[in-house]
Amino acid sequence: MLGPDQRRMGPVPPTAPQNGPSRGRVLVVDDDAALAEMLGIVLRREGYEPAFVSDGNRALGVFQQTRPDLVLLDLMLPGRNGLQICQDIRTQSTVPIVMLTAKGDTIDVVQGLEAGADDYVTKPFKPVELVARVRAQLRRGETGQAESLAIGDVQIDVPAHQVIRDGVPVALTPLEFDLLVALARKPRQVFTRELLLEQVWGYRHAADTRLVNVHVQRLRAKIEKDPERPEVVLTVRGVGYKAGPP
Amino acid sequence: MTATRTPPVATGAPPPPGPGRPRADELARIRRGLRRRAGLARRRARWLARRSASRALHAWRSSLQVRVGAITMVVAGSVVVIVSLVLFSQIRDQLLSVKRQAAIDQAQAGVLYAQGEIAGIAPGDAASVRATLDRTVTALQRSGGAAGDFDVVMTYRTGDREVSGTSRAFVYPALPADLRADVDAGNQSYRYDEIPDDAGEPRASLVVGAPVQGDTAGTEQIELYYVFPLTQEAESLALIRSTVVISGFALTMFVVGIGVLVTRLVVDPVRRAAGTAQRLAEGQLEERMTVRGEDDLARLATSFNAMADSLQRQITQLEGLSQLQQRFTSDVSHELRTPLTTVQMAADVLHGARGDFPPHVARSAELLRAELDRFEGLLTDLLEISRYDAGAAVLEAESTNLGALVARVAAGMYSLAERHGCELTVDRAEEDVIAEVDARRVERILRNLVGNAIEHGAGRPVEITLAANRTAAAVTVRDHGVGLTPADAQHVFDRFWRADPSRVRSVGGSGLGLSISLEDARLHGGWLQVWGQPGSGAQFRLTLPLVAGGELTSAPLALRPTVVRRAGEPA
Repeated sequence: MLGPDQRRMGPVPPTAPQNGPSRGRVLVVDDDAALAEMLGIVLRREGYEPAFVSDGNRALGVFQQTRPDLVLLDLMLPGRNGLQICQDIRTQSTVPIVMLTAKGDTIDVVQGLEAGADDYVTKPFKPVELVARVRAQLRRGETGQAESLAIGDVQIDVPAHQVIRDGVPVALTPLEFDLLVALARKPRQVFTRELLLEQVWGYRHAADTRLVNVHVQRLRAKIEKDPERPEVVLTVRGVGYKAGPP
Repeated sequence: MTATRTPPVATGAPPPPGPGRPRADELARIRRGLRRRAGLARRRARWLARRSASRALHAWRSSLQVRVGAITMVVAGSVVVIVSLVLFSQIRDQLLSVKRQAAIDQAQAGVLYAQGEIAGIAPGDAASVRATLDRTVTALQRSGGAAGDFDVVMTYRTGDREVSGTSRAFVYPALPADLRADVDAGNQSYRYDEIPDDAGEPRASLVVGAPVQGDTAGTEQIELYYVFPLTQEAESLALIRSTVVISGFALTMFVVGIGVLVTRLVVDPVRRAAGTAQRLAEGQLEERMTVRGEDDLARLATSFNAMADSLQRQITQLEGLSQLQQRFTSDVSHELRTPLTTVQMAADVLHGARGDFPPHVARSAELLRAELDRFEGLLTDLLEISRYDAGAAVLEAESTNLGALVARVAAGMYSLAERHGCELTVDRAEEDVIAEVDARRVERILRNLVGNAIEHGAGRPVEITLAANRTAAAVTVRDHGVGLTPADAQHVFDRFWRADPSRVRSVGGSGLGLSISLEDARLHGGWLQVWGQPGSGAQFRLTLPLVAGGELTSAPLALRPTVVRRAGEPA
């Protein structure tokens, strides 16, 4: 029985709003007017500032105008569908994207994650779930302590949010960056998928290992010399992942 | 015993070192090698024989054509052999009897001639006897006869002395002894025997002997022998024999051929029908037989095709219906999800603000939210089961630590167990159990089983046990509640089935949980089984192969608990 009181007690206080009292701007891309309005009510109650777009074709334009801190994206849309919008946004921005999907089927979820989404919520969801996802995604980037990490032949400058391989900067989304930092901070530890879900995504009990698998693949595609034979993020069979030797 | 030793043989006791030693060794080795090779060859021959025998047996059992061919061959072959034997022996007898008759006739004529010739013999004069014998033999030989080529021997005996005249050397000493004895006794007789020819080679011949009566009856005894070689008859018989053998063989083959051909005419359509039926059974519903002519086989093909038509129609109809139904369920579930999300969020907002409402509205908000949760559970399960019905469920197997998974499930269930006042224990092996499973599905199965056990466990302990052998892992969930009757056990996996319809639901399951769990287990190629006894509780066992796609043969844990308390005994 989670009430609103409990919901406000997140593990880490939300980011300080950049403009006024708002904790962050959230763009809701959804064609269902009732759901969009309801999402708006819940987000406003939690202190976020929602913006709406219901047509897939206009989504990118509105995104560029509003410059949101997070995108809530329904996968089933008229016009351009959610996957395409997700890819469009990823070409311009590393903003966190949370998918709303009516299907919990693996193929849909994995497609969405591969298109660039950081997390997903399966309909029907409760406000508390949604807010937890949004909060976890917006919390990124505040873990910056002045430190420099190495994993494999990859250098990580944590406060600058920069990853350098062979002298060349690699562009990672905040989530991929956090995943890499989590592994690099404890190079000797083997991380189970559940532990990564908790540390990187902020999940407590729910365990959907597809999230971890897809993001590890995405991360490997960006930082490994040969993603088929990873040297930076190693798989430990039956357990999870660990950092490669520096 | 001499002082020199014979070269040692291989089988001897250790011999002194010497030049002979290596050779003996070598010989022994060669002998051993040969023996081994011979043994190998024998074994190989035995193996080959066994294999060909088993092949023949298989062909006999599986092919009607082979059976018909073999039976025809045996029957026709026996008939042909018997007929040829009878035929051959009759021809031979006939040939020989003609020859014999001619030979005897000629011998009698010879005896008459010889009687005239010997009248002038001076009994004491050996030279005269010899000359007479030679003259008579030459004359007889020259005169010829109806029985073909022949040799003549004439003997003249007084007391112990015997003089013979012969047309050819070798013949006289080769005369059969028993024939001579017969003739000595004064009988005319004949024998078949081997008599040497000019080269000294024995050849089958007919020998006819007769005594020649001299006019001075007394001490002298004269005998006349005719030797007729049977070369020509033997040649004729050989020709006849080979003709009979060849024609018999040809006849047998012909009959077998007809048998096989006729069988083939019948068997082929049957085989085609069998092949078509098999392809139909494999799901190629378009498969049909070709109809040729109007005979019985054509009727078989026609009725077969009619059956296939009707089958195809019904299957297509059923498939269409079931697809429609599955899509409908799936679509409805999906379409319901968006409005349900809105309603649920709205209910949540109302529920959060219920402190500001009058009591009856606040209670309504609580009920609204609780029932929406149940509704959502039902919808999720319905969607899951429709996914299974549509065959759309996909296994995402991944190496998973089952021990950690069980611990996680137990951790998630402690609060529910506490509410029911029941103790939840986990018993698992020291070493990790790593299996290639779909962790999400296995976790769902176990949550379901543990939830059920707590709900039906009547507050008594619930035990989770994990064990593995080399090929499989098993988890049992044991409760000590009201238990299950055998009839209940058959139905627990049925959709929307409840052991006791009057029971109060506290977990709020949809009634689809165990059905989904069973499908989840099957998707892994695993087993989900239940044991139960009224009053003693129930035990569910989930068995999964350690390797995805592996086949289960046994489970590492027993389905039936070893110690079962008697009904009514306190836990």
